[in-house]
Amino acid sequence: MSAPPDRAVVIGASAGGVQALLALLPSLPADFPWPVLVVLHVPADRSNVLAGLFEAKCSLEVKEAEDKETVRPGVVYFAPSDYHLLIEENGDLALSSDEAINYSRPSIDVLFESAADAYGERLVGIILTGANNDGAAGLAAVAAAGGVALVQDPAAAYARTMPQAARQACNAALVLSLERIADYLKGLKAE
Amino acid sequence: MPHRTEDIEIGLLLEALYQRYHYDFRHYARASIKRRLLQARSHFNMSSVTALQERVLHDPEMLPRLLGFLTVQVSEMFRDPSYFRALREQVLPHLRTYPSLKVWIAGCSAGEELYSMAILFREEGLLDRTLFYATDINPEALKAAEAGIYPMDRLRKFTENHQKSGGKSSLSDYYTADYGRAVFDKSLRNNVVFSDHSLVTDAVFAEMQLISCRNVMIYFDRGLQDRAVGLFKDSLTRHGFLGVGSKESLRFSRHASAFSEFVPEEKIYRKREP
Ligand SMILES: C[S@@+](CC[C@H](N)C(=O)[O-])C[C@H]1O[C@@H](n2cnc3c(N)ncnc32)[C@H](O)[C@@H]1O
Repeated sequence: MSAPPDRAVVIGASAGGVQALLALLPSLPADFPWPVLVVLHVPADRSNVLAGLFEAKCSLEVKEAEDKETVRPGVVYFAPSDYHLLIEENGDLALSSDEAINYSRPSIDVLFESAADAYGERLVGIILTGANNDGAAGLAAVAAAGGVALVQDPAAAYARTMPQAARQACNAALVLSLERIADYLKGLKAE
Repeated sequence: MPHRTEDIEIGLLLEALYQRYHYDFRHYARASIKRRLLQARSHFNMSSVTALQERVLHDPEMLPRLLGFLTVQVSEMFRDPSYFRALREQVLPHLRTYPSLKVWIAGCSAGEELYSMAILFREEGLLDRTLFYATDINPEALKAAEAGIYPMDRLRKFTENHQKSGGKSSLSDYYTADYGRAVFDKSLRNNVVFSDHSLVTDAVFAEMQLISCRNVMIYFDRGLQDRAVGLFKDSLTRHGFLGVGSKESLRFSRHASAFSEFVPEEKIYRKREP
């Protein structure tokens, strides 16, 4: 087996997130060279259909993240409902049923902060539409560790609270439309 | 990559805890243990993880409080009701054939899972011939498990779960309400041994027909999970059963081939005979 990738894209979204992700993930090519980790807040009973829904529309492999599996490039991992998703420095995924953070489990902050720790500047963090503040602290951590911070333009988002909070918490964040975010991702190279 | 100061401090604190108190968190999944240690640092108003380390080294009373942060105590009765339904419908018919049974609840937290299991066994008429071992490393949790008392506001969820698990009685048959608390029936724990046992540092102690270890190994790294699964393998009788948490699996374990999937959707495994 080849060594796990040393870089990643992390995405957080809440209200309106399915639509936003549908505008983003299907545009990524089958040979997209980075792993993509997603926390999307959805009602618990709908979460296990997410991977299937996206798998059908994406050229990338899409799956629910499993505890202790090693991430691979070109695969999209969704956090399962009711568990936090974290990534370790060696590229292993970890789930945890710790208390909800800011009423959220999975929490975007938890994923982003662990990824910032693991990948530092080789990380892209993206906050999309949502009606709460989850992800703001996480995005700030991504930027503080030298990673790239992107925020969906709140004016065009289905719910603007989350991207707005993220922008406020993270001065370094670039505010972009979904199309521009997609373009940015498509420009990412293996090296 | 050179290590950040904070990561060095965390490694040192975990080493100190091990050498001083023999609690071994050195190979727990690091990202999540780090989160919890940083929470503890701010909770105790410490300027650094090193300051926290100094405090816990010199003040043994800090230990249980720190353990409260290092171990995750989230649990419910009949958590994942479909797991208990699968035990009831698919595993217990096999257990019924034994004249006496041993069941191990590893990482029992405050007893939610133990009482669920005891109620299930009573409903199925197996409680009297079963000896339960309920183990954990957190002494506060073990004490709570032995007491079997939960705040009344948790009972609504417990009751709903019990029903979804195919419960044949009413959960309220098993507790009495007392000033906002539900006190569970003592007779449920007539045959329960509560014990401090660590899946990381302790050994096999009996031979079981069923082991339930849910949402514990999720906090371990892969090597440690291998150790625990090995321990379970050696603690099970021929064709014994092992149930793990709904998002855990033996798939990434070195011992995967020692088990067959018995109820795959519920993560119930059965020991294979060589
Ligand atoms: C999240 S709770 C799980 C409770 C219950 N099994 C359930 O699934 O709801 C995890 C428990 O594992 C215990 N634990 C952590 N490390 C352990 C170890 N090395 N050996 C035994 N128990 C451990 C913790 O103290 C905690 O009570």
